[in-house]
Amino acid sequence: MSNRLKSILTPLIAVLLGMVVGAIIMLISGYNPIAGFSSLFAGVFGDVYSFGESIRQMTPYVLAGLAVAFAFRTGLFNIGVEGQLIVGWLAAVWVGVAIDAPKIIHLPLAVIAAGLAGALWGFIPGILKAKFRVHEVIVTIMMNYIALHVANAIIRTVLSEKSDKTDKIAESASLASPFLAQLTDYSRLHWGFVISIICVVVMWFILEKTTLGYELRSVGFNQHASQYAGMNVNRNIVLSMVISGAFAGLAGAMEGLGTFQYANIKAGFTGVGFDGIAVALLGGNTAIGVVLAAFLFGALKVGALNMPLQSGVPNELVEIIIALIIFFVAASYVIRLFLDRLSRKED
Amino acid sequence: MSIIDILMIIVPSTLLWATPLIFTALGGAFSERSGVVNIGLEGLMVIGAFSAIVFNLSAASTLGAATPWVALLVAMIAGGIFAILHAIATISFRADQVVSGVAINLLAIGLCLYLVKLIYGKGQTDMIQKSFGKWNVPVLSDIPVIGDIFFRNTYAPAFLAIAVAILVYVIMYKTPFGLRLRSVGEHPMAADTMGINVTKMRYIAVVISGMLAGVGGAVYAQAISSDFGHATINGQGFMALAALIFGKWHPLGAMGAALFFGLAQSLSFVGKNIPLIADVPNVILLIAPYVLTIIALAGFIGKADAPKALGTPYIKGKR
Repeated sequence: MSNRLKSILTPLIAVLLGMVVGAIIMLISGYNPIAGFSSLFAGVFGDVYSFGESIRQMTPYVLAGLAVAFAFRTGLFNIGVEGQLIVGWLAAVWVGVAIDAPKIIHLPLAVIAAGLAGALWGFIPGILKAKFRVHEVIVTIMMNYIALHVANAIIRTVLSEKSDKTDKIAESASLASPFLAQLTDYSRLHWGFVISIICVVVMWFILEKTTLGYELRSVGFNQHASQYAGMNVNRNIVLSMVISGAFAGLAGAMEGLGTFQYANIKAGFTGVGFDGIAVALLGGNTAIGVVLAAFLFGALKVGALNMPLQSGVPNELVEIIIALIIFFVAASYVIRLFLDRLSRKED
Repeated sequence: MSIIDILMIIVPSTLLWATPLIFTALGGAFSERSGVVNIGLEGLMVIGAFSAIVFNLSAASTLGAATPWVALLVAMIAGGIFAILHAIATISFRADQVVSGVAINLLAIGLCLYLVKLIYGKGQTDMIQKSFGKWNVPVLSDIPVIGDIFFRNTYAPAFLAIAVAILVYVIMYKTPFGLRLRSVGEHPMAADTMGINVTKMRYIAVVISGMLAGVGGAVYAQAISSDFGHATINGQGFMALAALIFGKWHPLGAMGAALFFGLAQSLSFVGKNIPLIADVPNVILLIAPYVLTIIALAGFIGKADAPKALGTPYIKGKR
């Protein structure tokens, strides 16, 4: 078995194992797994509305996944996607509400603001890692909470009069599209998926086709060797976190300018950033893999909403399945071991 | 308002908020001292909170006032069992420890909410009737001033947490078991050469971390939130992890840091009753523990203090 085939089979087996354990959990708790999964499936492909919603849900996942994957490829672990997403969401809505401009200026401005906010939120752990060798995992976790509380406070005091959500953004900053909505039976599908596809190409291009990308990947493989070869390791660490944060900030713009059109007070995290870790891992940290994994997770999340209605299975089951998939991908050493045994028998 | 009045508000509230963090951070100390990163503390607390609340709701009528204490034991067992997953993934399957921890967190919250829906048919549980109420320590609370501040209207689990912290210190630094535990986290190959079973030590450490985090979650649920829902445990596990690092992976240091975070957290709740602090915007108090952690990591704490083998799976025979 070639290595390439193995690296494609491993995530597929992880997904399969996640589904199997999900089925077992359904069985134990007295549900019919076949009914459960078919209601999940119907919730995704049953009609154009659900399909539109799945694509819409996939959009922030692609960007969150790219953010995690980009950092991973350069040897960094960005758990802060959640916080970067929240500040991106806030910045996009802020520009969307506060500024009055024609669409051709307003929309790009709001999107850029989200990217910049996310980049700033990634810059802080990046610079701390580069200058003081502080582990980015702890800093990004802390930054998540800071983002959550600061965003809530700004929404409550600056962007509204003690209300729990902002005004709706101006039409000129909206990603919403009557055309796409009509096409998909009035789902919330919006133009954001175009932005996410552009970002997929951008990530692939930066990493694979530019000197910068070569350096970033090189630092990811071996910091010391890169340093010895004359690369500026510290600069690359900061840059990688900034780019990663920008992707995450754009994911927030998808929610703020596309799906919800406002920002609201959050009691807890959105979860999109954490699921981004799963998306990146499952996609093998490649641009195209992230797209496929994001579609899977977007579909699972949207399809799950149909489960309680049609088969009575609580939709939290999908959260369990997603967690299990990450778990199995993380422990893929065992899956690889199994595949090795398998291919040895073939010889 | 006199200083003593202010302290009478702040000290019990600090102890209350610090208690779950102390337990959980001590759990983290076991795991990380043995070389296994445990970001899954958050999820283990969720398991503890969930099992304690479910047990409390169903046993309160038969066990009466003892219910919350028995629920601590139940949560301890549940947390320990759930931690085995993290142990299998990271120790036997050589999974990335951070990623496995993230999976543990997602799995715990997903599983518990699924079970809540299954058992109660709604998104969160009812309020428990038997919680850790306020308590006056006998004898000690009669001491003038000090008794009023530290031992009156306080929460019994806080004293248990402090006792456990001292116990963990003794275990880690004064017993052969503790020496083995730390050696496995510093240099597993050397430990292996000396005949210490690295895999077994790490399994034990991770399971203990789950048990203590389970207790932490149970205390939080039964003393602070009184029910279980999706936002019951919202970052306390990560705070405990930060306290552990703040405290330089030392049990008493972790306890000190947890008390400090407890103070910071409690100020955002009781602060409006206290002059001066009432004028500080709430958001400053809310983000203070996180900002301070980042500043402390960047400025005060030498990086050489982490256990040397932290984060690396031990593969026998590989140099």
